[in-house]
Amino acid sequence: MNEVAQKEEKAVRPQPVETEGAFEREYVTPKVNITEGQDRYVVEAEFPGVNKEGLDISLDNNELTIVGRRQTYSSGSLLYRESHTADFRRVFELDPSVDTAKISARIEQGILTLTLPKTEQVKPRRISVS
Amino acid sequence: MTITRWQRPNQWSIAPVRRIATLRDGVDSLFNLALSRLLESPAGLEAENNQLLEGWFPAVDIYEDKDHVVVKAELPGMNKEDIEISLHEGFLSFSGERKQEKKHEDGESRRSERWLGRFQRSISLPCRVDADKIKATYTDGILTVTLPKAEEAKPKQIPITVK
Repeated sequence: MNEVAQKEEKAVRPQPVETEGAFEREYVTPKVNITEGQDRYVVEAEFPGVNKEGLDISLDNNELTIVGRRQTYSSGSLLYRESHTADFRRVFELDPSVDTAKISARIEQGILTLTLPKTEQVKPRRISVS
Repeated sequence: MTITRWQRPNQWSIAPVRRIATLRDGVDSLFNLALSRLLESPAGLEAENNQLLEGWFPAVDIYEDKDHVVVKAELPGMNKEDIEISLHEGFLSFSGERKQEKKHEDGESRRSERWLGRFQRSISLPCRVDADKIKATYTDGILTVTLPKAEEAKPKQIPITVK
């Protein structure tokens, strides 16, 4: 395991995708980018076609679940489809360093951005010498 | 004269056949790769496993009603200025580029699954459209292009007179 992967273990870790059967997946796994800053983690997930109302974010202990329901377009008849009809869903295991009370989220043009601040104890601090 | 028993030639040693076999293996491996991608969790994909299918192909849906053709494309997180749309000889093309965002530069990347860079798609339209009245919107990361059908492409009711 390389260094980055080891670090990821301790950070915000996406959980393995649960599958009912290989071809009958109930959800679509959104692509995510995760960045770690000094005082926070930032998770960006691709939720095309999902707006604020279709978003469901829940936290159970250290498990963060994001669900996005797409708006269905129902004008005219469908000629051709490449997009998935299923909802988006992904589960993350959060590191204890995440201050779960301060998690914030916003969605803009199909990108869900989650900001997960770290608790005060783990933030790097400069200690002044008196 | 000596008579030798006829032997079935080894078909795989014949050059053109061998070439087909190589092609078949190539197609098989491509298919297996695509299939393994489907079966595996997208989350677990490693970059090297991904090489052949590298690139960003936004998913496209096409709808049709009496007066319009509607093309929708999944383009999350774009600037609308970075999307170009054009119509040429019955083909609707759109292209663009997703640029590296600068705002998280202070942090270290821990996971990077989202596509960056250029994409291009061309769609053959099912009928003639009125090029001057095409409208495009970009909401919730979905590009919607509404193309009014040309008059001659609209369905017409032909009345039947009974004598």
